[in-house]
Amino acid sequence: MSGMRGLSVFISDIRNCQNKEAERLRVDKELGNIRTCFKNDKGLTPYKKKKYVWKMLYIHMLGYDVDFGHMEAVSLISAPKYPEKQVGYIVTSCLLNENHDFLRLAINAVRNDIIGRNETYQCLALTLVGNIGGREFAESLAPDVQKLLISSSCRPLVRKKAALCLLRLFRKNPDVVNADGWCVLNTLLFQFIDVPFIFSSSYAYRADRMAQLLDERDLGVLTSSMSLLVSLVSNDYEGYSSCLPKCVKILERLARNQDVPQEYTYYGIPSPWLQVKTMRALQYFPTIEDPSTRRSLFEVLQRILMGTDVVKNVNKNNASHAVLFEALSLVMHLNAEKEMMSQCVALLGKFISVREPNIRYLGLENMTRMLMITDAQDIIKKHQPQIITSLKDPDISIRRRALDLLYGMCDVSNAKGIVEELLQYLSTAEFSMREELSLKAAILAEKFAPDLSWYVDVILQLIDNAGDFVSDDIWFRVVQFVTNNEDLQPYAASKVREYMDKIAIHETMVKVSAYILGEYGHLLARRPGCSARELFGILHEKLPTVSSPTIPLLLSTYAKLLMHAQPPDIELQKQIWNVFKKYESSIDVEIQQRAVEYFELSKKGAALMDVLAEMPKFPERQSSLIKKVEDVEDTADQSAIKLRAQQLPSNALVLADPQPVNGTPPPLKVPSISGIKLDHESASQTQSQPNGDLSKVQSQIPSADLLGEMVDPLAIEAPPVDMGSHQRVYREEDGIPDEVDGTAIVPIGDQANKVEPIGNITERFNALCLKDSGVLYEDPYIQIGVKAEWRGHHGRLVLFLGNKVTSPLTSVQALILPPAHLKLELSLVPDTIPPRAQVQCPLEVMNIRPSRDVAVLDFSYKFGTSMVVSAKLRLPAVLNKFLQPLQLTSEEFFPQWRSLSGPPLKLQEVVRGVRPLSLSEMENLFNSFRVTICPGLDPNPNNLVASTTFYSENTRPMLCLARIETDPADRTQLRLTVASGDSTLTFELKEFIKEQLIAIPMGSRALVPAVPVPAAPLAQPPSPAVDANDPGAMLAGLL
Amino acid sequence: FSLLSSCFPRSCTFYLVLCIILFLLAQESWVCVLYFQIHFVLLVSRQGKVRLTKWYSPYTQKERSKVIRELSGVILNRGPKLCNFIEWRGYKVVYKRYASLYFCMCIDEADNELEVLEIIHHYVEILDRYFGSVCELDLIFNFHKAYYILDELLIAGELQESSKKTVARIISAQDQLVEAAKEEASSISNIIAQATK
Repeated sequence: MSGMRGLSVFISDIRNCQNKEAERLRVDKELGNIRTCFKNDKGLTPYKKKKYVWKMLYIHMLGYDVDFGHMEAVSLISAPKYPEKQVGYIVTSCLLNENHDFLRLAINAVRNDIIGRNETYQCLALTLVGNIGGREFAESLAPDVQKLLISSSCRPLVRKKAALCLLRLFRKNPDVVNADGWCVLNTLLFQFIDVPFIFSSSYAYRADRMAQLLDERDLGVLTSSMSLLVSLVSNDYEGYSSCLPKCVKILERLARNQDVPQEYTYYGIPSPWLQVKTMRALQYFPTIEDPSTRRSLFEVLQRILMGTDVVKNVNKNNASHAVLFEALSLVMHLNAEKEMMSQCVALLGKFISVREPNIRYLGLENMTRMLMITDAQDIIKKHQPQIITSLKDPDISIRRRALDLLYGMCDVSNAKGIVEELLQYLSTAEFSMREELSLKAAILAEKFAPDLSWYVDVILQLIDNAGDFVSDDIWFRVVQFVTNNEDLQPYAASKVREYMDKIAIHETMVKVSAYILGEYGHLLARRPGCSARELFGILHEKLPTVSSPTIPLLLSTYAKLLMHAQPPDIELQKQIWNVFKKYESSIDVEIQQRAVEYFELSKKGAALMDVLAEMPKFPERQSSLIKKVEDVEDTADQSAIKLRAQQLPSNALVLADPQPVNGTPPPLKVPSISGIKLDHESASQTQSQPNGDLSKVQSQIPSADLLGEMVDPLAIEAPPVDMGSHQRVYREEDGIPDEVDGTAIVPIGDQANKVEPIGNITERFNALCLKDSGVLYEDPYIQIGVKAEWRGHHGRLVLFLGNKVTSPLTSVQALILPPAHLKLELSLVPDTIPPRAQVQCPLEVMNIRPSRDVAVLDFSYKFGTSMVVSAKLRLPAVLNKFLQPLQLTSEEFFPQWRSLSGPPLKLQEVVRGVRPLSLSEMENLFNSFRVTICPGLDPNPNNLVASTTFYSENTRPMLCLARIETDPADRTQLRLTVASGDSTLTFELKEFIKEQLIAIPMGSRALVPAVPVPAAPLAQPPSPAVDANDPGAMLAGLL
Repeated sequence: FSLLSSCFPRSCTFYLVLCIILFLLAQESWVCVLYFQIHFVLLVSRQGKVRLTKWYSPYTQKERSKVIRELSGVILNRGPKLCNFIEWRGYKVVYKRYASLYFCMCIDEADNELEVLEIIHHYVEILDRYFGSVCELDLIFNFHKAYYILDELLIAGELQESSKKTVARIISAQDQLVEAAKEEASSISNIIAQATK
C-alpha cells in the first residue's frame, strides 16, 4: 500500500492546510474529483477505485459527510483479488453502520466468502460482520458462522473471529438468532420433528457446545469464546452450568501459569484479559453449588488477592490490578467467606490512599459497590476521612466517585459530618458538579437529619452557598417541612431573618424568606428588628433586585404582613398600599392581579383574615428530590443511587400497553428498578413493536435501550407455538396454471366483509414493478409494504406487514402461488400481528427461466372475531427485476447484433397503439425497467438502441439487445426488434417491452391479450452446452 | 408450554409470558444488562485532529461527530497526572496519551477499566512493533494499516487476540498477499506492454 501516492499526496495536502477553511476547500475539491470518477466508472481500474475509497474513508474520518460512493466501497467486497477485497471490507465496515441500506447489497458476497474455502476471505468477511453485522446479517449468516466456530477443520485464526462474529449477531439481534443464539442450529436441525422436543433439548445442547468450546487449547480462540460466553450468560445464565467448572479450571490454569505459551503472557502475567473475562463470566451465575469447584475457585481468588503487589512497571501494575479488581468483584458477588470479604475491604482501604490515581479511583468505585453488602459498611466508615480528602482531589473523576461513595455510605450516625463536608465543598466545586452535589446534600439532610432545625440550617446554607444550583424542588421541600412542623416555624423564621441581613442574597433565598416571613413572621413580633414594618422594610429592599416571578410572592407576603400587624399600623398600610397601586398596572398579569386583589381585600379588613389565613398542612408525600436524583443522574448512577432506591419504598411502575386490548390480561405491576433506565416510554415502545422495528430500536445508542434489546427476543416468543405447521411453502415445480393469469387477480371477498383496499392495487403493483420499495396493499387494518433487492437471478423481498389498529390481527396466513419459472421461499409469517406492530417476512426469490408470469400472494387475516379479510396480490417479482443495466459501446454492440440473426433468437414486430411518448420519455421508460439505452449508436436519431443482461438459473447471465424504430410522424406505432442468445428470453422480453409501451401508466395487464406460448422447440430452454457456444452469453459472461 | 397456549387465547399468553419474564428480569437487575465491552475507539491528536475512529455500536454520522467533539474537548483539557478514566454520559472513557496522541476507548460503566487501559497499550505495542517505534506521522500516512491491525485485535468491541506475535504474523501474511497481487499485476502489465511493442 506504500505505493499509493495519490493518497499520500492528499494527506499531506490536508496537513499543509493553514486553517479549517482551506482544509474544507481541499476536501471539497477531492470529493468532487472522486464523484466524477465514480460517475463514469467504466474506466476505473481496481487500483484507482481502491485509492478513492481510501480517500473517502480518510475524509470521513476527518469528520466530513461522505454521502456517496458507498456503493463503490461495497462493490469492492466482491472483487476477485485480495487487495481490493480487503479495502472493500474495511472501508465498508467503517463508513456504514448496521442500519445502512447498502449493506443489504453485500450480504450475498459476504456469505459467499464465509462459506467459501479461502480462509483469508473468511476472516475478512467475519470481521466485517462482527463489526457491523445488523439484523439482516444475523438472519442470513448466523448458521454459517456457527458452523465455522464448531468446525474442527478451521484454523484458530478463523474460529476466534467466528466466535466474536456470533457474539455480535447474538447481541444485536437476539430475536433473529432466536432468543439465544446457540440453539439456532439446533432449531434448524429439528425444525420438522417435534416442537416440545426442541424446547427440552436445546438447553443441554447449546450448553454442551459452549462447554466444548471452553476446552479449546488455543488461547486466542479461548479468549473469544469466553467473550461469547459472557454475553450469553449475561442474557441468561440458565443452562450453562456445565461451563462453570470449566471456567474455574481455566482460571486455575492461568493463575498458576500452567501451560500458558510465552506469547500469551503480558508483562509476565498469563493473559490478564482472559483471566478478567473468565471471572466476569462467573459473576453472572448466582452461586456455585459444587463444593469442590467452589473450593478451587476460592483458592485461586485468595491467591490473586494476596499475591498482587504494587510494582514499578505501569503496565504490569495495571494488568495485575485489572485482574485483582475483577477478583474483588467476584468475591463481592459470591459474598460468602467472611474472612475474604474483610480482606477485600482492607485492600480497598489501602487503595483509596495510594498515590496512583487509577487505583485510587477504582478503590473508591469498588468501595461503593461494597456498600451493597451490609456488614461492610462499618468498616468502610472508618475510611471516611480519607474519602473526604478525595473529595478535594484535583481529578474530577475521582471527586465524583468520592461524592458517590459519601452519598452511599451516609446514615444517621455520620450524616452531620458528611453533609457539612459536602456544603463546604460546594463553594469550591466546579459548576458541572454543583447541581448534583446540592441535590445530594439536600436529600441526605432530609433523610438523616438528627433534628429538623439542622435540616433547615443545611438547606438555607445550601441556598446561600450555591443558590443557582438549588432547584425549586429543594426550597419547596423545606417550606413543606416548616409548614408541617409547628415547632420549627419560629426557628425557621428567625433563621431566614438572619440571612436577610446579608447584603447580597440569592433570589431563591428571597423567595424562601418571603414565604416563611409572610406565614410565620408574626411569631417573631416581639424580637428586636422583627416588627411587621421592619420586616416589610427589609424585604422591600430586595424587591428591585428580583425577577418578575418572585414579585407576586413578595406581594403576598406584604398582604400577610399587613394582616398580622398588631396593632394595625397605618404607616405600614400606607406604604404597602402604595406598592399595590404601583403594580396595579404591571404588564405581568400575575403581578397585576395580585396587586389589585390584595389592595381591594385589604380595604375590607375582615375578609382579608379569611383569605390570608395560615396555610394548611401539606399531605405527607415522598420527596420528589429522590425521584429527581434518579432521573438527573447520568454520570454516577451506579451503585449508590441504586442502593438508596432500594431502601425506599419502591414506587410501582405500570408496564403495559397503553391501550387495553381485548383478551389481554390486566397490566402487571412491576416494581421499578431504578438502576436501569426503565421508563414507560421505552417499555411501551418495545412492547408495541415486538418484532423489532429495525429503524426505531436500533438507531438508539445501545445501552440507552438495554431493556428494549431484552424485550425483543422475548416478545417474539409468541408465534413459535406451532412453528412447524405454519411454514407452508408452496414449491410446485409444475407451476400453477390458471390462477396466475392477470385477470384473476383481484382481492376476493370485497363485498363479503366490506373491507375496501385503500388505493388501487393494480397501480400499486405497476409502480412496484419499476421501483424496489413501496406499498403493495393497504386497507383500514393492515398495510403491506415491500422492499426488494435483486442480485443476478436471486432476489430478496421483505414483506412488511403493519397492523394499523390497536387490536391484534389474528389467523394471519400468507401463501405463495409461484409460477413455474420462479422458486419462492417465504419465511414464517406469524399467526398474530400485535397491535400497531410491524412484522417482517423475508421472501427469497430465484429465477429459473425467463417468463412473464407473475407470482401471487394469497393473503388473509382475521380482524376481531369474525371478519375475515383476504386478498390475492401479485408480487412484483417480474421479468425486469432480473435484468442488470448494461451500457455497450458500438464496438461491443454491433458484432453481437449481427451474430444474432433472425428468429427465433431475434424477433421483430411492428407495435401499434403505443402510448405516444417523446424519445426522451421513452428513454426514461426503458431505463426505468433496467434496459439501458445506449445513446448515439444508431445513426438514425429517431431510433433507440438498448442493451441489458438477464439472469436466470437456466440461462446464466444473458446479453439482450433491443432496437426501437420510431416514426416521428405517427408516435403511436413503432418497430421493435429484440435479440438475445435464448429464444424464450427473446420472446418474453419482446412481449414485456410491448406491454410496457402499451400499458404505461394507466392500463392493467388484463388489457393485453394473453400471448400464446411460442412453439414447442422455442419454449425449451437451451441446454448449458448450447450456452457455452453462445456468443451473447459469452460476452455477458466476460462483462 | 403447549398446555398453556391451549387454555388461553394466544395474545393472552404472549403478554403473560412477556410480563412474567419482565418481572423476573426486574428481580435480578444485574443479570439482565447484556454485556458489551468497547463501544468505540478514538484516536485524537493533541490539536484535536482525529487520527482513527472505529465504531462498534451503531452511531449515525451526526452522533459520531458529536461524540468526537465532546470527548476531545474533555480529554484534551485534562491535566497530566490524573487518572485515565472519565465518566461521560453514563459510560466510561478510558484514555491514554502516547506522545502527541490520545487513544480513547468507550466502555460500559460496570466494566473493568484497567483491562481496557491495557488493551490500549497492547494495541500501541503492536503498532510499535509493526512500524518500528511508531509515531503520529506513521499513523497519519498509514491510517489503513492502523485499521488493519485494529481489526486483528478487536472484533465487535471485544478483544480477539492477546498475543502480539500472532497479530504480527497475520498482518505480515496480509501484506504478503497484497504484495503478491501487486507483482502479479505488474508482471501482467509487463507482458501486455511487451506484446504491444
